[in-house]
Amino acid sequence: MSKRISACGLLVALAMIFSYIETLIPINLGLPGMKLGIANLVIVIGLYLLKPQEVLLISLVRIFLIGFLFGNGMSILYSLAGGLVSFFAMLLLKRSEKFSVVGVSLFGGSMHNVGQLFIAAAVVENAKIFYYLPPLLCVGCVTGILIGLLALRILPTGQKIIQNAGTL
Amino acid sequence: MKKNDYILAAFIFLFAGLLSAIIFVSGNERGNFVTVTVDKKVYGTYSLSENQDIEIDTEFGHNVLHIENGSVSMTEADCPDGYCKRQGEISTEKEAIVCLPHKLIVEIESADEQNEEDYDFLVR
Repeated sequence: MSKRISACGLLVALAMIFSYIETLIPINLGLPGMKLGIANLVIVIGLYLLKPQEVLLISLVRIFLIGFLFGNGMSILYSLAGGLVSFFAMLLLKRSEKFSVVGVSLFGGSMHNVGQLFIAAAVVENAKIFYYLPPLLCVGCVTGILIGLLALRILPTGQKIIQNAGTL
Repeated sequence: MKKNDYILAAFIFLFAGLLSAIIFVSGNERGNFVTVTVDKKVYGTYSLSENQDIEIDTEFGHNVLHIENGSVSMTEADCPDGYCKRQGEISTEKEAIVCLPHKLIVEIESADEQNEEDYDFLVR
């Protein structure tokens, strides 16, 4: 049990570092909400190595910690919407066992942006914001594929570590 | 990677492409009024026919809107991300400039609609 908790703590720390690194990489194409989503790497890999509820906890703790440290109430709301929608979308696809980690990740990336767009539309109560849906879907898909390919390389190592550690 | 991964990616791109096509063909009429909405309330309506700079100062922050030859663009904004400035010029009814941190939306409308609304109001 304590091993599981410390593993979750490590992954939260890793996800937080990824979130911070992301703020150092400026990608600004005039698209609100466009980012690499490196922190999602932790969530994608976690889905394959840990229990779903543990991954959800890691995701939520990361969002609130990053939100309180660097963001504000609104940014927590956006992250929460994106994080939750993408988590459940990826869990669903992973459970279906019809997709590899790349498919799971690219779907999560796209759905993350869809979730955020819905919150943005609700905040300003204007549907014209869905004008951004097509480009954001594509961007989420591309970054999701990149994260998925990374996860594909990292997963075997992660599984080995868990095996060597014995039962977590 | 599995075959389904490629199908899913292709489906998402296709869906996005279809959506862009629908947006592209719909509502290409050039409007002649621009409406600024802040936090769900109309801040002001301005004519597109005269070139002008509109200063918008609200509790959320400061923005400057630039109208030139029937096109609208955001030239100044003190929001942290500055996405609104990078959204370029808008001139058709379907387009909008959004500044999320300031809860600000700039939309283009045509005057005909407004006249009709006024007329309805008078009849009642």
